[in-house]
Amino acid sequence: MSSRYDRAITVFSPDGHLFQVEYAQEAVKKGSTAVGVRGKDIVVLGVEKKAIAKLQDERTVRKICLLDDHVAMAFAGLTADARILINRARVECQSHRLTVEDPVTLEYITRYIATLKQRYTQSNGRRPFGISCLIVGFDFDGTPHLYQTDPSGTHHEWKANATGRSAKTVREYLEKHYTNELADSDTECIKLALKALLEVVQSGSKNVELAVMRRDEPLKMLSVEEIEKMMAEVEKEKEEEAEKKKKSKTSS
Amino acid sequence: MALESVCNFQAPNPRIGLLRPGGKGDVDESDVLNNLWSLDKFSIPAVTDPAEFLKPFTTGEGNVKIEFDHGTTTLAFKFQHGVIVAVDSRATAGSYIASQTVKKVIEINPYLLGTMAGGAADCSFWERVLAEQCRIYELRNKERISVAAASKLLANIVYNYKGMGLSMGTMIVGWDKRGPGLYYVDSDGTRLSNNMFSVGSGSTYAYGVLDSGYSWDMGVEEAYELGKRAIYHATHRDAYSGGVVNLYHMKETGWIKVSQTDVMDLHYKYKEEKK
Repeated sequence: MSSRYDRAITVFSPDGHLFQVEYAQEAVKKGSTAVGVRGKDIVVLGVEKKAIAKLQDERTVRKICLLDDHVAMAFAGLTADARILINRARVECQSHRLTVEDPVTLEYITRYIATLKQRYTQSNGRRPFGISCLIVGFDFDGTPHLYQTDPSGTHHEWKANATGRSAKTVREYLEKHYTNELADSDTECIKLALKALLEVVQSGSKNVELAVMRRDEPLKMLSVEEIEKMMAEVEKEKEEEAEKKKKSKTSS
Repeated sequence: MALESVCNFQAPNPRIGLLRPGGKGDVDESDVLNNLWSLDKFSIPAVTDPAEFLKPFTTGEGNVKIEFDHGTTTLAFKFQHGVIVAVDSRATAGSYIASQTVKKVIEINPYLLGTMAGGAADCSFWERVLAEQCRIYELRNKERISVAAASKLLANIVYNYKGMGLSMGTMIVGWDKRGPGLYYVDSDGTRLSNNMFSVGSGSTYAYGVLDSGYSWDMGVEEAYELGKRAIYHATHRDAYSGGVVNLYHMKETGWIKVSQTDVMDLHYKYKEEKK
């Protein structure tokens, strides 16, 4: 039954679904995981790096991109679609600076990207973008933001979120461990993003990529050494937790 | 795009190589008719180079000439308590005084003012289009538009019609996040920011008085007096300025209309003071 309503994007099914959009969301679920965390003075993006072939040059695969000095984006889904959206968003950021003489606010650029995605769900002959974006950054007045957009063109603000493969598991982990006190500490935010990613990614610094942005500072990609150091700390904390649990079990 | 959609700007068609505000590259009749009903775009002559075509009408080379009312004095200056805007109210057509009671300050919205110098229709029309765009910006972005952005919108709109005979010299005055704002925008596409501007045929006289009496640390009453005096002196010497002085004060909470004073009353008042 559903196959009759998913040929052309512009057709609603009898029960009100736009199947092409839902299939686009399925494409997102196949993409590698991306996680974002918003702290008080820091925003963190983390992505799962898929294993690359031996002969492939690692540096050409970049899933965390800069849209402007103060806005960064990670995505899950079709990389080629993302490239187009990122280009348009970058141009819009500069166009905004030209007409309004102010840098874009996170809300504005997220709205622009979301509007663009929605337009592609309502045009004939075009398919929706198969990506879900996590957009982070600081506004001109210093407030940090994290927004998520999806192929249907909706956008929401989050304190912490994940998208892509096993996004649900990661989001549940974030819900359990994110607190407002944690948001106050920069290192805790980074560790939370890392720990959340490690829930679904094989342990190893080669498999994750982390980027942080602090207020009035440019985006910083964490180096392999920094990630390894952080992972060692996370491992140690896990062991200490396990030790404590064992001790409390044996003592009781 | 922000710029593209606001100005309805179409990139030049390489074949024709021309700006067509709101129009497509090809000369298209339906396009001309559409623009007839549109309120913020103009139909321009359906020729290869509209600016060239319109030039004879504005310079008076041909039989038909479009005469614009240029006579006016408008001024605005920033100081520690905000921005003062003072304008005269005379409209002239050649040597005929058409009106002594023209409103040359256009109230765009409660925190943005625009002044009128040059073609009255051009100024009031495009500033009303600016008001529409400012309101749309406010609704979309949930915050007031900045004075820089508002003046830039206006400058970009008129730049599309550069060379086609628009005559407009306006000052956009407001108060936004960055504090008091004052921009000069004209139909050549010039857009400047400064602490003090005077525009119109009487501007030179006004500048003289303003420059000698201005300081950033003036008090409010002192600033009102300076604005009124500068306009008075301009109306006294310039034949094309006169009527009444309309005085506005742009504060953090928005603008207020301070006073409307006949220049003849000011004349006798200053005469008394000299004695």
